[in-house]
Amino acid sequence: MKMLKLANLGGWLSAINETQRVYLPIEAADQVNYGVWTPDSVVRLDALRTVKSAKDAFFPQVENMMNFKTEGKNVSVEMIDPKVENFVVLGVRACDAKSFEILDRVFLSDPYDPFYAARREHSTVVTLACGRPDENCFCVNFGIDPADPKGDATMWIVDDTIYLRASTEKGEALVKDLEDADTAPVEAQQAKTREICEKLPFGKLNLKGFDGDHLMEKFNNPKWAELSRACLGCGTCTFVCPTCQCYDIRDFDTGNGVQRYRCWDSCMYSDFTLMAHGTNRPTQVERFRQRFMHKLVYFPSNNEGMYSCVGCGRCLAKCPQNLNIVKVIKALGGDEA
Amino acid sequence: MQRELIERLNALIGEGVGKRVLGWKRGEFFYDTEPAILAADQLDELVYDSFCGPNLSKYLIQEMPKLGEGEKIIALIKPCDSYSFNQLCTEHRINKDKVYVIGVGCKGKIDVDKIRARGITGITGIDVDGDALTVHTLYGDEQVNRKEVLLNKCLSCKGKEHRVFDEQIGESEETSTGDDRFDMVKKLEAMSAEERFAFWRGELSKCIRCNACRNVCPACSCVKCVFDNPNTGVQNKAAADDFEENLFHIIRAFHVAGRCTDCGECSRVCPQGIPLHLLNRKFISDIDELYGEYQAGEEVGQRHPVINYTQGDCEPSIVHERGSNA
Repeated sequence: MKMLKLANLGGWLSAINETQRVYLPIEAADQVNYGVWTPDSVVRLDALRTVKSAKDAFFPQVENMMNFKTEGKNVSVEMIDPKVENFVVLGVRACDAKSFEILDRVFLSDPYDPFYAARREHSTVVTLACGRPDENCFCVNFGIDPADPKGDATMWIVDDTIYLRASTEKGEALVKDLEDADTAPVEAQQAKTREICEKLPFGKLNLKGFDGDHLMEKFNNPKWAELSRACLGCGTCTFVCPTCQCYDIRDFDTGNGVQRYRCWDSCMYSDFTLMAHGTNRPTQVERFRQRFMHKLVYFPSNNEGMYSCVGCGRCLAKCPQNLNIVKVIKALGGDEA
Repeated sequence: MQRELIERLNALIGEGVGKRVLGWKRGEFFYDTEPAILAADQLDELVYDSFCGPNLSKYLIQEMPKLGEGEKIIALIKPCDSYSFNQLCTEHRINKDKVYVIGVGCKGKIDVDKIRARGITGITGIDVDGDALTVHTLYGDEQVNRKEVLLNKCLSCKGKEHRVFDEQIGESEETSTGDDRFDMVKKLEAMSAEERFAFWRGELSKCIRCNACRNVCPACSCVKCVFDNPNTGVQNKAAADDFEENLFHIIRAFHVAGRCTDCGECSRVCPQGIPLHLLNRKFISDIDELYGEYQAGEEVGQRHPVINYTQGDCEPSIVHERGSNA
């Protein structure tokens, strides 16, 4: 275990920044989101939830994939080289860290995604343990321990001190020059956090019945209409979600060619996966159902029971009309199944 | 008041006034309310308290085609929401004949995010006793004054009056702070063009284009938005450059100018806390200044200044005069 005074965080980040960019929770215009560190950044490691998750570091909202240029009758194609420089993602909470495992299943399985893969390969993930979970946290349902998140290195902030533990060579490289520390303060914080986890209002959700064996039963449940009634069809839940991974590929007419880019898409939108014949999800009921069926039924039945929800609580905190995955689990799961 | 309301609703349904009620129901937490349409046997789920912030008027649009001949839906409408209701009637998106409006009293609604902003997190319950809130959290109890954590829209409350109702239930209380709602607009107008640009770039660059502002907005009631239609050529799920989101919001504000009642839902729902209502207020303030004071949704059938002509209207040259002083 290593340690660093919280007051010296800037110095440490500055040292890392000499060789690689650091991507971490930063406050701008009153909101905390992941951003690239500069000496002027307002670092907010204390923020329990960034608005957008850490997935942007590997899967940005928009990215160029290739360019087409026309000159007379010739068309040239330029592939974008997904080569990236080493970078650090720092302050990742246990839930977001788990989301990378889920995204890996999607982007790194055959055919693998070279853009995502390059970023994953060149990144060092430094996680941050939670000391103060809130009422919307339910990561513990998915086998996540917020007091001991996985990563190349893990941080605990206790009072004015940051404690660090490296778990990989990449992590070791970042912390090796720091002072050695006693583990007792960390263990004390972990015990407290785990005690709070026992009391979380959504700490013991009953996920019984959310699996491939109950697919049609869940799909045809009449409760979807009621559950989705207030849904505005905005994309907030999908865009703040650390595991939502759907994207669209579109062409932008540059005047003398085409810029082909991909951008996040949302199953909440009426034009999501629109096909020549129209759409197979004509109303918000089907769109809403798709999102939760994907997270709680389709994904786990294709991935050895791994749910594609990490219990970060962003959809609970951000849905304009207070709809969320917990309400779905409670309405359709457990003994209701 | 909630019990009184439910009793009255039961009576109204019993008398055959309507079969279903547009209101709110309780979610997982005390502060968590969800817009809902409830049938007679679901009325025990109905909640009406200090946390019923969402403006329900727009939900009536989707209910219109479901109502049979002579059938009505019963809707709970707060004083400020009644402006949106009227505006939607004016635009023929709601038919008043199909709605039985209960004007519900309102003493201001609480913004739980403002409680969280005070470092009070892990909220598991809130007891309301007049203005004294006792917030129960995983980390102990905290006291908060209700007046200090009202939704921003309540700070420029439109008053106690329901602009439309068939009957009223409950007391209302004006909650505005007395500050001019255009204070921030004036502050922005007083800035240099560079400062103002920096302000809006900072705010609008946070936009994730989730469209929550558009989808919740009672003035944005197009059946299909131009930005959702692949056939328009302007549909975009992502910005071509980092200025596009900025333009989206400015254009949207233009589109709702004259029809926006300043209900404040756009800013309430924004996941990134962008003060979108300031764009609308700039238009409202300009309309007031150039055409005389105007409040959208005050009466059904109003012609707003942008689509109306009077001899007192400002000259088009105002555009050049204002444009030149940057």
